[in-house]
Amino acid sequence: MKPVYEKYFRDNLPHIWCSGCGNGIVMSAWARAMDELNLDKNKVIGVSGIGCSSRITGYLDLNTLHTAHGRALPFATGAKMAKPEMDVFIFSGDGDCSAIGGNHFIHACRRNMDMTMIVINNNIYGMTGGQFSPLTPFGKKATTAPYGSVDRPFDLCELAMGAGATFVARGDIYHAKQLTDLIVAGYKHKGFSMIEVIASCPISYGRRNKIPKPADMMQYVKDHTVTKAVADKLPAENLKDKYVTGIFRDIEDVEYNEAYAALCKRVQGGAE
Amino acid sequence: MRNVRLVQGNEACALGALKAGATFYAGYPITPSTEIAEHMAEMMPVHGGKFIQMEDEIASVGAIIGASATGAKSFTATSGPGFSLMQELIGYAAITEVPIVIVDVQRMGPSTGLPTLSSQGDIQQARWGSHGDHAVIAIAPNSVMETYYQTIKAFNLAEKYRTPVIFLLDEEIGHLRERFDVDDDQPVEIIDRKKPTCAPEDYVPFTNQEADQVPPMAAFGDGYRYHLTGLTHNEKGFYSSALPVVDAFNRRLVGKIEDAVDDIFEYEGSHLDDCDVLLIAYGSAARSAEEAMEELREQGIKAGLFRPVTIWPIHEEKIRAACSGKKAVIVPEMNMGQYAREVQRIAPDGVPVISLGRVDSELIVPEEIMNLVKEVLK
Repeated sequence: MKPVYEKYFRDNLPHIWCSGCGNGIVMSAWARAMDELNLDKNKVIGVSGIGCSSRITGYLDLNTLHTAHGRALPFATGAKMAKPEMDVFIFSGDGDCSAIGGNHFIHACRRNMDMTMIVINNNIYGMTGGQFSPLTPFGKKATTAPYGSVDRPFDLCELAMGAGATFVARGDIYHAKQLTDLIVAGYKHKGFSMIEVIASCPISYGRRNKIPKPADMMQYVKDHTVTKAVADKLPAENLKDKYVTGIFRDIEDVEYNEAYAALCKRVQGGAE
Repeated sequence: MRNVRLVQGNEACALGALKAGATFYAGYPITPSTEIAEHMAEMMPVHGGKFIQMEDEIASVGAIIGASATGAKSFTATSGPGFSLMQELIGYAAITEVPIVIVDVQRMGPSTGLPTLSSQGDIQQARWGSHGDHAVIAIAPNSVMETYYQTIKAFNLAEKYRTPVIFLLDEEIGHLRERFDVDDDQPVEIIDRKKPTCAPEDYVPFTNQEADQVPPMAAFGDGYRYHLTGLTHNEKGFYSSALPVVDAFNRRLVGKIEDAVDDIFEYEGSHLDDCDVLLIAYGSAARSAEEAMEELREQGIKAGLFRPVTIWPIHEEKIRAACSGKKAVIVPEMNMGQYAREVQRIAPDGVPVISLGRVDSELIVPEEIMNLVKEVLK
């Protein structure tokens, strides 16, 4: 893999992330995807919410919008609709996206505006020190679930598909090349693309759940992910504690801004 | 072409927004503001602008901030409960200095309250609703025509000062139908945000070197790549907790509005020098106050009226001068004294300031004001 730092990164490193955090791998995958797609940095908008993962937008030399907790999608929706020629990427974490931002998430999936959303799922609220999120697996420990969580988690990809997203995929931080490919595919897809990334937080999640070392956490991600192609051939009981990765949905449907442009043409008296 | 017809306040607001150059509207339906969304849904596609109905009011403000970051003049309209939901992102627009206009057609609160009935209960919320020290601009018109022209001014001020502007209609003005008479060919002043003229590599997006304390704003896509964040930031736009940076930043955010009060503040005064009792009223309550003043004067009682059109920032000097030497100052408003407490704070010692607050959802009628004036003068 060729280095992309010089081309995409602002001169405000070092970043805030802890050793062993997976966010940097996702950030690199995004930069590599933009490089592969040969995107014009002046035309890219990066939008994020609040949390460790949402700090990504601060580090890349683009038009960047670090918003409020859970609200990245509404900001992105407004920016994309006002200037559809821009390439809009959204970054969020598991808590930011599926808890406080849950309503915006399902409506963005439904609306199908041509944007690419990457949700970094480290199973925990990292920045506030390790509280369980709607994506923390049942029974796992967190500061607000000291005896193990009794909250049933979402499957974010199923949620996105249920809400009508037209491109849904899952990658992970161990398989960095696959992750870059998924971001490229999500960008190329016309409509709303959602890519969940299984990531690591050794400090706030791993330490409480017997995987405190960064290397072990990475091994955990490797051992608990299986590609869709392989998973399709495995019996269900073998997949119980596994994250299936790959593209789950890639379909064409009405894109919001195209529909709106056609509407404008119609009411202004032009042919549709 | 002259446009003369019977128009509702909410529609005049929509027309004013278009005249001001608004090209983006995002909103969520709520009584009594919904007509504004309906007009925008109808008119934006005709004018090549954008209309989107969002999933809630929080999303609506997020969308207009995002749109404004790309250079579009953007606004939303709501009422009490929606306005409450918007507060966090109003603070976000204030700290990132992204121009937006929020129309709040006030209804009776708190909470769901009386959705179809009028109130002026959001006066203090408009100023202090979002956490932290920040300044906003708020405007409260008292007629359909004024709604039109002040909507244009709301956009101009948002652009000029890079700030959220709260446009405080009340249900009565929003739903009032009056003669609308605008010559569309007459030019009106339209202000656009300052843009950077330097090379992109020299752009300092939050510079504190501008004489008016307002940094030029590049639009996303213009080639000036920069960062907007709700974190307290340095001049380059990145997080900073350095004491002098934080202090200078917070003071500039407030100072750019408060120091420009002479430019921003607008009011109408009647018989200010020749009155024993001064009425201070705004929005629909000012209509009753004006009638009360006229009838009192016909009866030989010297009443005057100070009508702030700009609610925030407040021009303390002008209000203090207007109150000076009066036997009494009466503030009729459809709340329990939200503006009166400002006047009480500002008025010179020895001038009694009396709040005439009404919160039964009925309008304040001129007789109530007249009776109080007579009682005070007894």
